[in-house]
Amino acid sequence: MNEKFIQINGISKHFGNVKAVDDVSFSIKEGEFFSLLGPSGCGKTTLLRLLAGFEYPTNGNLLIDGSDITALPPDKRPTNMVFQNYAIFPHINVEQNIKFGLRKLGLTDDEIKKRVDDVLALVKLEGYEERFSGQLSGGQRQRVALARALVRQPKVLLLDEPLGALDKKLRDEMQLELRTLQKEIGITFVFVTHDQQEAISMSDRVAVMSEGKIQQLSAPNELYKNPENIFVSDFIGETNFLKASTKSKDGEHINVTIEDLGDFKVKNNLNIPENSSDVVCSVRPESMMISRDKSDWDICLEAKINQTSYLGEMTRFYVEVSGINKVITVSSQHFDNQSFENNTCFISISLEDISLLQKK
Amino acid sequence: MNEKNNSLLVYTLIYFGFLYIPVLFLPIFSFNDANYMSFPLAGFTTDHYEEMWSKRNLHKALWASVKVGVVASVVSTAIALLAAKAFVRYKFRGQNVSYGAIMMPFLIPEIILAVSILIIWINLGFPLGLVPVTIGHILFCTPFAMLILIARIEGFDFSLEEASRDLGENAWGTFYRVSLPLYLPGIIAALLLSFIISFDEFILAFFLSGSDATLPMYMWNQMRFVKKLPHVLALGAVIIVFTTFIVLLAFWLRNVGQGKEKQDIAIKL
Repeated sequence: MNEKFIQINGISKHFGNVKAVDDVSFSIKEGEFFSLLGPSGCGKTTLLRLLAGFEYPTNGNLLIDGSDITALPPDKRPTNMVFQNYAIFPHINVEQNIKFGLRKLGLTDDEIKKRVDDVLALVKLEGYEERFSGQLSGGQRQRVALARALVRQPKVLLLDEPLGALDKKLRDEMQLELRTLQKEIGITFVFVTHDQQEAISMSDRVAVMSEGKIQQLSAPNELYKNPENIFVSDFIGETNFLKASTKSKDGEHINVTIEDLGDFKVKNNLNIPENSSDVVCSVRPESMMISRDKSDWDICLEAKINQTSYLGEMTRFYVEVSGINKVITVSSQHFDNQSFENNTCFISISLEDISLLQKK
Repeated sequence: MNEKNNSLLVYTLIYFGFLYIPVLFLPIFSFNDANYMSFPLAGFTTDHYEEMWSKRNLHKALWASVKVGVVASVVSTAIALLAAKAFVRYKFRGQNVSYGAIMMPFLIPEIILAVSILIIWINLGFPLGLVPVTIGHILFCTPFAMLILIARIEGFDFSLEEASRDLGENAWGTFYRVSLPLYLPGIIAALLLSFIISFDEFILAFFLSGSDATLPMYMWNQMRFVKKLPHVLALGAVIIVFTTFIVLLAFWLRNVGQGKEKQDIAIKL
């Protein structure tokens, strides 16, 4: 397995004064499901378009499977793309759409037929060959776009928010299906999305982008459990930030003062320096416990429930802790909004679940 | 509420009356068995139509108009297609100025355009005839063709062209296999309308055609002789029917495929 199948070396793309992509370097492994995740305008789509050849970088170079593709036009690259709006050609039918990209590959008629049949079976579109784009549902169009790209057997498949236009249920199905498909055919996928849940659930690795830079590149669970900065912690899932300052180090731990709560010893994965006041503690809502009675956890605070929202599989509580001028979010699968008298409760935090992060 | 609708209906009827009743006299009198356009009608005849078959000058003028119309419509549609694509697809320096420059023949009085071309043409020492008429018609038709094509291309999804490049086609292949078929109804509509504009055009032809009369010039020449009026009426009636058919065809073509796109959007929503 090639660890550096796609190499992105010092890539920048400027549009006038805007640095859409700002000196980005990383590699993507062969056969990997790789996601570029970030809010709109973070540069993820520009980076994908640079890989496809629709844009050329201001600086840097791009390699796929060892060969430099930086200056190649889109039609000479070993990549194919699934567009956000699918871009199905409306004047030709599904079969002709799928065959569109095979013309210049020098295949025999039998080979073409076999490839088209195989890919139709792969995306479960048998029987739709004669249909036109206007006669297909959103999900079917997505399959045509996928088939049309995969039939060329590209080294890399680029996907630009392909699930954005689908409704939630179909989107969840397609997530699973895409993931299964990718493992089955083993082609490297580069997937662009602004939906953190989508990126986390499908990808082998995720690059979180903001303002043209990579904020963190790691496996989804790492991203969630060990965010490297405030942006990632905030963007992936939900979290509570508490102001803090560091004191002395103690091996892999560090002593901190959390504002309004007191002094604690927490883990220091990011090696944050001593005596810094520019730090925050991040605590995920579901890592806290809400209860009627006091607990013996590291931190246990009496709180008042301001609001609740019932989400079915869990309930989210917005609580106010006396002495902290901030609403804290706690989620629980065991309690709902009927569970507490007078809206008073206790929330408990284990020090292991606190991530210490540095402000920029 | 009802009264309001009625007054609008009356207005609409008067409007269409003013527009079309005078035009209707032409076919009516073209079947009238008399040399003068006056009531009462003298009787039904198709003589005036048969007379057209024997007029050699008429045939010559018709052929001249067709030649000029075909060349002018093809060239102006080609220019308009390139310009329309540039205006819709790209933002560039001098965009508004060049748009204005192309639209100018549409806005300035035609007679000024005609006189300007005449002066330049004569000073260059070239003879008058169908060539300067064609050049004038190209200038005059291009803005019309461009407006039609811009309307068509504006709704075009440019990611289709990117998809084609992505699927291995170069720029020409993309134009031929994706852009052209999708622009085609607009292109044909632009061709038909430019042809009709050129075919009916009088002022430029009047100044520039010299002795090579186009059909409108022929009609104008014939009108000076009372005896020749009736077959000009017949010719006019034929031209009205032909023009109406072409214009309807052009409008129908302009909207072809749009219905399908609406369906697309409906499914997406």
